[in-house]
Amino acid sequence: MLGEGILKGLAETARNFAGSFVSKERLTTVEYPEERSPLPEASRVFPFLLYDGTDWEAGMRCVACQICEKECPPKCIYIEKSKDKKPDYVGKPQIYPARFEIDVSVCMSCQICVEVCPFEAIKMDTDFELSTDDRFGGLLYDRKQLARSNEYYHSIHPTEAAEVDARLAEEKAKVEAKAKAAAAAKAAAPPATPAATTPAAAAPVSKPAPNATEAESK
Amino acid sequence: MLEKADQIFILLRNWLVGFLPAGWQTAAGVVLGVIGIVAVFPGLFAITTVLERKGLGRIQNRLGPNRVGPFGILQPIADAIKSLTKEDIVPRDADAVVHFLAPVFLVVVVFMGFAVLPVGRNMVLVDMDASLLFYFAMGASTEVSIFMAGWSSRNKYSLLGAMRAVAQMISYEVPLLMSSVVIVMMTGSLSLVKIVEAQNQYSYGLPHWYIFTPWGFAAFVMYAIAGTAETNRSPFDLPEGESELVAGYFTEYSGFKFALFFLGEYLGMLSISGLGATLFLGGWSAPLAVLNWVPSWIWFFAKVMLSIVVFIWVRGTLPRLRQDQLMNFAWKFVLPMTLLDLVVAAVWRFMGDGLLRWFVCSAILIGVYVAAGRWGMRSKHFGPRSYRYAE
Amino acid sequence: MGFPFWILAALTVAGALAAVLLRNLVHCALALTVAFAGLALLFLNLDAQFAGFAQILVYIGAVAILVVFAILLTRSTETPKDGGVFSRTWFVGLVISAGAFAVLGWALLQSQPGLSLGPATAPAATVQQIGTALMGRYVLALEIVALLLTAALIGAVIVARHEREGTKEG
Repeated sequence: MLGEGILKGLAETARNFAGSFVSKERLTTVEYPEERSPLPEASRVFPFLLYDGTDWEAGMRCVACQICEKECPPKCIYIEKSKDKKPDYVGKPQIYPARFEIDVSVCMSCQICVEVCPFEAIKMDTDFELSTDDRFGGLLYDRKQLARSNEYYHSIHPTEAAEVDARLAEEKAKVEAKAKAAAAAKAAAPPATPAATTPAAAAPVSKPAPNATEAESK
Repeated sequence: MLEKADQIFILLRNWLVGFLPAGWQTAAGVVLGVIGIVAVFPGLFAITTVLERKGLGRIQNRLGPNRVGPFGILQPIADAIKSLTKEDIVPRDADAVVHFLAPVFLVVVVFMGFAVLPVGRNMVLVDMDASLLFYFAMGASTEVSIFMAGWSSRNKYSLLGAMRAVAQMISYEVPLLMSSVVIVMMTGSLSLVKIVEAQNQYSYGLPHWYIFTPWGFAAFVMYAIAGTAETNRSPFDLPEGESELVAGYFTEYSGFKFALFFLGEYLGMLSISGLGATLFLGGWSAPLAVLNWVPSWIWFFAKVMLSIVVFIWVRGTLPRLRQDQLMNFAWKFVLPMTLLDLVVAAVWRFMGDGLLRWFVCSAILIGVYVAAGRWGMRSKHFGPRSYRYAE
Repeated sequence: MGFPFWILAALTVAGALAAVLLRNLVHCALALTVAFAGLALLFLNLDAQFAGFAQILVYIGAVAILVVFAILLTRSTETPKDGGVFSRTWFVGLVISAGAFAVLGWALLQSQPGLSLGPATAPAATVQQIGTALMGRYVLALEIVALLLTAALIGAVIVARHEREGTKEG
């Protein structure tokens, strides 16, 4: 009969209306500022700089290699190298960033900086409440604002952080073993193996440079 | 005491007017009545907006506004402040005078319609002989303001929206008038006060509302359809179909003028509901004889708000019609049905009392309705939809 | 002829003059609406509720809208800048309208001598009386008008249909 479908539809919406008062499955709204749904572990918003230990300036992993600066598609990273050097996590003296700034308003959360970083120094944060009423200074984050401890990293991305830590520990162990072996070799025989390994180790580091210049020339 | 509650507004007005010299009293009484209308119905408009947003939210499994005040009930105040403080933009090529006059004219005309609605026992601003005709004359004048708004904006969407609105309102005005003519025919009067009085009788404790007769029910359904279309409400909201026309005839309006259009639209809804309640649902009369002690104006506003709820419910349910469906529905279904209803009402009138006329009138209406539905749907096939482009 | 009458008369005449003199056709149509409204108010001023409201319902609600529709569907709304607002045959029009006005005025003056002298004493006609008169004494006239309108309606439908079929064939 004519109009039957309308009555059926009205019944359906009435059921929805009444159901939203009693059933939690129908009313799926999460009232955001008061309640939050948990973020997925792989969520990412904005990069931060990782440091080891408690002193952010001393423990900063970044060595100011500027790969991320060159790879960043929207060019939102600005790095200035330091003149002096400080020891990194394996104890090797490295230069560190005298300035490291990221513009929040430009960053597009692509995570490329994280993927190209050879030192596991830059990671993605999950904090999305970045709004500010200062649209110039407030949107440009400096070194200090970007620094986050390794514990914080563990708290937001536990799986990934564990992997990173394992990799770093492995590398450190390798370096230490190599140092020990080199020391042992130096003590025993003429140095043949280090000369063979040095070019192989240098190759991956020098590789990104041509890419970056290519991108810049475009 | 209860009678005093029923007449409280009249007594209040008389008390206030009593302070003035005798020569001024009539004019002051009218002014107070106008103030009452201008205060009460926009208040109902505010309640309606928040009710609509909350209700639609619940229908769509959302919460609706709940930030301003407890449960969001102060939302209309926030909306009003927002509209008042927004910039009033007039397009450079717009016809400034007409652009300004359109919303003002709309609101004035819609307010005038309330003048003849009896909101309670003895509570009508103007009790005139042809009040129903006055109401429809005012309703017809809103079309001019909608056209003025659409044309003066110099925007193709505005103009298209206005053309659609005017075509739709002219088409649905005919069934709207026709369904009311049935009531006029049975009451023998164009006066809304007399129409309510005719319905304010009870037998076995049940009221003599016109909706409880076959022809009255049919006329009520047609009136509801035509009234929904007349107020440009979903599913007949083509004039402001936001998916195709931005906002229809008020695309180029902002700030307070937009708020006036919004007000006009909702006041139109309230006044159509009020007229529907007056014509078919017994106006201010109580639904049961034993409930007669409740003040009459409470019943009127309860009926109005009930029909507003139905408006919202329908809006949350039905999709928008297409232009040709809209016109075909008006001229090929609603109008013939109202004409048939006129004949049925005449049959009812001349068959005298008894159960027989109930059967005859119901049989005619239901029979034609079912047959028309079958005939109209004969070539339509309903089933799961198939999309050709997706394969 | 009280003060309200003169206000309403001025409004009506101003609306009618604006309808003739304005350049923009839609403005003219809106001014015509004002004139219609003035006429309706004049009816109300004479206590003729039914005629007044019917005037608003039919003329403002329908006729004015149809005029506007016709303007928008047929031509540009702006009259050309060169040349005045009057057509070249303005003199003929003037003569015809003056003639029509003279005939109407003459008929009015002949029908009820002394109407403009004394105050109106006719009792206000209620809607019921008008209805009874239409269904009783004037039923033939009503039916003839109804027939005419029905014929016009059918004619309009036929005109609209014919055009569509013609384009389909051609």
